Amino acid sequence: MLDATPKKIVERTSGGMINPAKTCQPIGAMYAALGIHRCLPHSHGSQGCCSYHRMHLTRHFRDPVMASTSSFTEGASVFGGGANLKTAIKNVFEIYDPDVMAVHTTCLSETIGDDLPTIIKQAEMPEGKVVFHANTPSYQGSHITGFSNMTKAMVTYFSESTLPEKEDRVNLIPGFVNPGDMREIKRITAMMEIPCIMFPDTSGVLDSPMTGSFQMYPEGGVTLPELKKTGDSKLSLALGRFASSDAAGTLEKKCKVPAITLKTPIGIKATDAFIMALRGAFAMEVPRELEEERGQLVDIMTDTHFHFHGKKVAIFGDPDIVAAMVEFSLSLGMQPVHVLTGTPGGALGSGMAGFEEEIKELLSAAGITGNVKSAGDLFTLHQWIKNEPVDLLIGNTYGKFIARAEDVPFVRLGFPILDRSVHSYLPVVGYHGAMRLIEMISGALLDRQDRDAADEDFELVM
Amino acid sequence: MDAAPILETRQKSIIQKGRKKQTIQCESDSEAGCVSQRACVYCGARVVLNPVADALHLVHGPIGCASYTWDIRGSLNSGADLYRNSFCTDLKEHDIIFGGEKKLSAALDELIPKFRPPLVFVYSTCVVGVIGDDLEAVCKAASGKYGIPVLPVQSSGFIGSKSAGYRAACDVLFRLIEAPAPGWTMDLRPRLNYLGDFNLAGEAWIIRSYLKRIGVEVNVVFTGDSRYEAIRGAANANLNIIQCAGSMHYLAGKLEEAYGIPCLSVSFLGLDDTAESLRAIARHFKNEDVACRVEKLIIEESARVMPQIKKYKERLQGKRAAVFVGGGFKAISLIKQFREIGMEVVMIGTQTGRKEEYEKMDTLVTEGAVILDDANPAELERFMLEQGADLLVGGVKERPLAYKLGVAFVDHNHDRKHPLSGYAGAVNFAAEVYSTLGSPVWNAVKGVKVHA
Repeated sequence: MLDATPKKIVERTSGGMINPAKTCQPIGAMYAALGIHRCLPHSHGSQGCCSYHRMHLTRHFRDPVMASTSSFTEGASVFGGGANLKTAIKNVFEIYDPDVMAVHTTCLSETIGDDLPTIIKQAEMPEGKVVFHANTPSYQGSHITGFSNMTKAMVTYFSESTLPEKEDRVNLIPGFVNPGDMREIKRITAMMEIPCIMFPDTSGVLDSPMTGSFQMYPEGGVTLPELKKTGDSKLSLALGRFASSDAAGTLEKKCKVPAITLKTPIGIKATDAFIMALRGAFAMEVPRELEEERGQLVDIMTDTHFHFHGKKVAIFGDPDIVAAMVEFSLSLGMQPVHVLTGTPGGALGSGMAGFEEEIKELLSAAGITGNVKSAGDLFTLHQWIKNEPVDLLIGNTYGKFIARAEDVPFVRLGFPILDRSVHSYLPVVGYHGAMRLIEMISGALLDRQDRDAADEDFELVM
Repeated sequence: MDAAPILETRQKSIIQKGRKKQTIQCESDSEAGCVSQRACVYCGARVVLNPVADALHLVHGPIGCASYTWDIRGSLNSGADLYRNSFCTDLKEHDIIFGGEKKLSAALDELIPKFRPPLVFVYSTCVVGVIGDDLEAVCKAASGKYGIPVLPVQSSGFIGSKSAGYRAACDVLFRLIEAPAPGWTMDLRPRLNYLGDFNLAGEAWIIRSYLKRIGVEVNVVFTGDSRYEAIRGAANANLNIIQCAGSMHYLAGKLEEAYGIPCLSVSFLGLDDTAESLRAIARHFKNEDVACRVEKLIIEESARVMPQIKKYKERLQGKRAAVFVGGGFKAISLIKQFREIGMEVVMIGTQTGRKEEYEKMDTLVTEGAVILDDANPAELERFMLEQGADLLVGGVKERPLAYKLGVAFVDHNHDRKHPLSGYAGAVNFAAEVYSTLGSPVWNAVKGVKVHA
């Protein structure tokens, strides 16, 4: 059987990972950079990094993922990668003609100590084109850290405060979520009739429609003028503190745009909080259509609550998604008894409590004791489940090994999802997203009940 | 959109058959700033060694390299599953500054007693190559302590291309191979090693069954569904047949040099190449019985699959294929295989093909076909459109590119879902080509254009 995990838990001290629940910073930076219109992400490192990131993103989004690489060789690693990056900048604009080139580093270029700002300053580039960078050493944090760093770089490079008074507009920093989620967050904001700038925004980039031709730079993405204007907005909402609060905080310092950090709006409470924050800041009424959506969600929750009540669930993945999902599963009456993220704990630069404290607080308020871990791996999660079985597992594709070994229903949520399609187009955020999650979760639970039922217990109406 | 311009330095890596006599530039480093489809040394080493199913594959470096290679290659195995887990030392900033040897050693101390593997591979990554951890020493110590081979794989990403990774993997495999067993002589019964098949979708199993039928024993497959025990005994063979030459010719050379095992290039892709490869094996052994069985197998298998191939050929006749794959051997076979189903290859390229392989491709393709090395997506797009390709054969990153152009696609890489080797594979291949080309979804794509 495909299960090498022993039940007996022996404390591990080496600091190594078995079946990781995270990956490295650069892929997060690459994903964030794809959320700028006509931007080519550039990986300053060996060819393999760029190839792996593109492959992984391609498998998740099932869309072309374009990015260039400095193609480090032995020489570059001895003498520094400056020459490679300068050649790359020249070639990228000559051949691929983006408006923006977003350079991120790798463990290799960080260890060599390439000074990116200086190299970029010295590079030749055509008039009107822009190169910016983020430091994303793979040996710190996770892909979420990389996403956060690249998003923050957008602020440090581009945001400007140019007006004496802030404009009636909100900056939305969506975090490492799918294009379908970004669309939904924008849709809700538009329903509230509040102008917004979302950054990064991969909708229209990685969920681009089929037009019969390949577009190197699809229609979507935040534009540079929009990024500049984020400094004149009235408010920034950072949705998910691990992926977004650093950029919002930097914007607050740089351009005096007040920042509010919220949970990723997954589930009824977090979506309420998002809408209330918008309403509070812009004195706008919540439109009837949105009230209707919320009412439908509550209706669905009451219709289905007995499917969920008391079910034990294990949730893993990226910290912002996991925290919101834990909150939602509690709203449904489930018991999240194992909660794990691969991303290391403390909230980056936000001065807030770490992941474990946040989750434990949610659990204890619901009277639940559970295992909670940041910087964990799926070997640990699997051992927990072997020792305290669950009714449901929620997480990314890699959970399928555990789901199979333990024969647990499995709902795919987060990044990456490599073995199912369409997920990146449809939201899990907002009231509609919550309905979709309920459909996914109850479907998984009831399919299992049907599968396991004896003939006499097999029911038509459930 | 208008086709992107071709970079001047890239011109030498692109030729068109019949236009003018020239040699292709290949086996060189990629140009910085290109959206290259190529990977790195670690990737090359990992794909070759990964199918060793009972080994513990430990990646020494930050987490990424381990995450991206966790069970991504569809190499099937018959029992041992350890290789489908992901192990990593997960180096942090502290380790980069003070060195990662201690952490590696601690990881080995934790993992070996827990999983009791017969063999451990420790992969070096970029950053380990720069900070200079002495992998050899740490591995040697662990090997002594636990009494199993713990071997470093020198696969720092920047020390060359994917091909350098193949060599690093071959070096490690060679270290595992022991001198021939007492009593083994080269003139004993036909017994071969099969190099360069990673048992994707179970392909090596098909070839094993053919070889069994012709009376030839398979000693070990490198590396599809292989085990430490079998690899150790690789010197007890009197022939190496080698399919994916790009990854394995180096090991074949070493085995010939050390143990006098001769080497024969084969390809089991397509009907002709499969038949020719089996005949070449029989010729090599100068064995009447084997030769006779080969002919029988060819007749039987051909009779079984030809009606199906013919059916597909009728439907596919005249369609045009573009090919962009990792290595040269596959590209060469695919030109012939497409011809078997009535299709012409109008564009062909590889990530790491060798000069002689490109020369061979040039002799096989028809006039006007474009041949290119280390192509980037812009070039693939341009030549697929210019050449009027109906179908692209490639890997993960090429798939959505083809789809966006309304071009059908077959995966001939890690993501293949059916075995494409031998006679059964030839039918699967034709079926896959037909099912993508013949899908009604392309009608909807045409609709998109009409409305636009």
